[in-house]
Amino acid sequence: MAAGNRTWKRPTVFGRRGVKWAVYAGIVGFFIWSGVGVGADPARIARGLGNSASLVGDFMPPSATPRQSQRILDKMFESVAMAMVSTLTGIVLSVPIAFMAAENLSPRPLYAVNRGFISISRAFNAIIVGIIAVKAIGFGPLAGILTITFKTVGFFSKLLAEDLEDIDMGSVDAVRASGASPIQTLLYGVVPQIIPRFAGLSVYRWDINIRTSTIIGIVGAGGIGSVLLTAFNRYDYQYVTAILLAIIAVVLVAEGVSAVVRRRYN
Amino acid sequence: MATDNREWERFDRRRRIGRFALVLVAAVAIIGSWRYMNTGIVRAETIPREVGDLLTRMYPPDVAYTTRIVQPLVETIQIAALGTLGALALAIPVALLAAENTTPNAVTFWLGKLIVTVSRSVNTIIWALFFVVLFGSGPLAGATAIVFRSVGFLGKLLGEEIEEINFGQVEAVRASGASSAQVLLYGILPQVKPALVGLSIYRWDINIRDSTVLGFVGAGGIGVQLFRAVNAFAWQSVATVLIVILGVVVATESLSAYTRALVR
Repeated sequence: MAAGNRTWKRPTVFGRRGVKWAVYAGIVGFFIWSGVGVGADPARIARGLGNSASLVGDFMPPSATPRQSQRILDKMFESVAMAMVSTLTGIVLSVPIAFMAAENLSPRPLYAVNRGFISISRAFNAIIVGIIAVKAIGFGPLAGILTITFKTVGFFSKLLAEDLEDIDMGSVDAVRASGASPIQTLLYGVVPQIIPRFAGLSVYRWDINIRTSTIIGIVGAGGIGSVLLTAFNRYDYQYVTAILLAIIAVVLVAEGVSAVVRRRYN
Repeated sequence: MATDNREWERFDRRRRIGRFALVLVAAVAIIGSWRYMNTGIVRAETIPREVGDLLTRMYPPDVAYTTRIVQPLVETIQIAALGTLGALALAIPVALLAAENTTPNAVTFWLGKLIVTVSRSVNTIIWALFFVVLFGSGPLAGATAIVFRSVGFLGKLLGEEIEEINFGQVEAVRASGASSAQVLLYGILPQVKPALVGLSIYRWDINIRDSTVLGFVGAGGIGVQLFRAVNAFAWQSVATVLIVILGVVVATESLSAYTRALVR
């Protein structure tokens, strides 16, 4: 054809090639600046990785005295127990918040307040919530329950509210048109539409809560985390490995249970 | 119409018993859990008062503290960015191993799955404990912890994307005489590129939140300042840090949502 030696060039999403290179250069520059900022000096990384061989040796093989195994078991039960209780409390608290945070069911100011609460709950890592809960009410599993409940509310009400926003308002109107009171409208028009998702979400959150409950002991909020931190601080690395294996096992079982249950519901 | 008085029932008897049993098991598990726990001297009914008390101590936030947390905040963002970049670099080979259609053989497949599982089961803060031992305390340990935590997440989801690609295109590239590196570059990567970008941004968003706590084990970031303030019972400073974290998290979340909508 005419036009000479022009080769085909892939179109870019940025509109102009100059913009594209500017964006790429900006990203690369940012990463270099970050690398300098965190002190990612190649020599230091090499030295650290050189140490890793001997460190891995310290961690292997996993071992625990009978007393330590008993302690792992006790604290692991405590973790799971915390997750169980706080899944329930979290979900119970989430339901009203989810209804108030659903755009189609809730008046505007109430909607804003509840969305704000959800954002706050989601923004803070469980460890941060945990340390504040511990300072507020003292060490132990109750602080853990408070933490996980708070985190559950953010997650659960957000997703439940999104489901509520997606419901078919036609059936809600139909129930209302038949003369139902607001409560009855809720019970017969709204609730049946979200029950399947509700069950799936609950099990999913239970799974996440098990994971969280194995960690927050690090800040004193109950469960296996405290044992892990103590073992680390005592350089008892083989015991650390044993605890980690226990945590991985519990997390995998919870994930498996949750996956099976959710598949049956969908 | 029939004359019997049967009422409509939503579930037959077997399903009703099944549901009842499920609820019963859950109830027993939860009540058992509550009784198992040794809640110590803390009484559940005092929680609202104690929490309320703490919140009043946080007011008003100590605005002057803001100047002291700018640098750690920047560090947190850098940790999250570098961690995501490193994780992405490691996740691509892991995803290729963990995807059924690109993994060379069964052993590599299980190796890929193992890496994904271990990485995902160990929390960021535990990875950070490791790397603080390895690299000494500071943000480098934090960034490495983020890398090791994110590899599993990215490897798993990217692997699932790779399993769904159109393999015809891969074979077409191979048939034209491409080397395996070229097959990867021209056959596989273009098909998963939108997912790759979207997942990385999503993980970066999660990593910002995760890297706010790294300071607790000495792995850098804003957590250092936060936990220092908590230990000093400087609740007004704590409130400032929390508000700043909230602002950053909300900002990155909207940025992440916006960019992911662009690449989708």
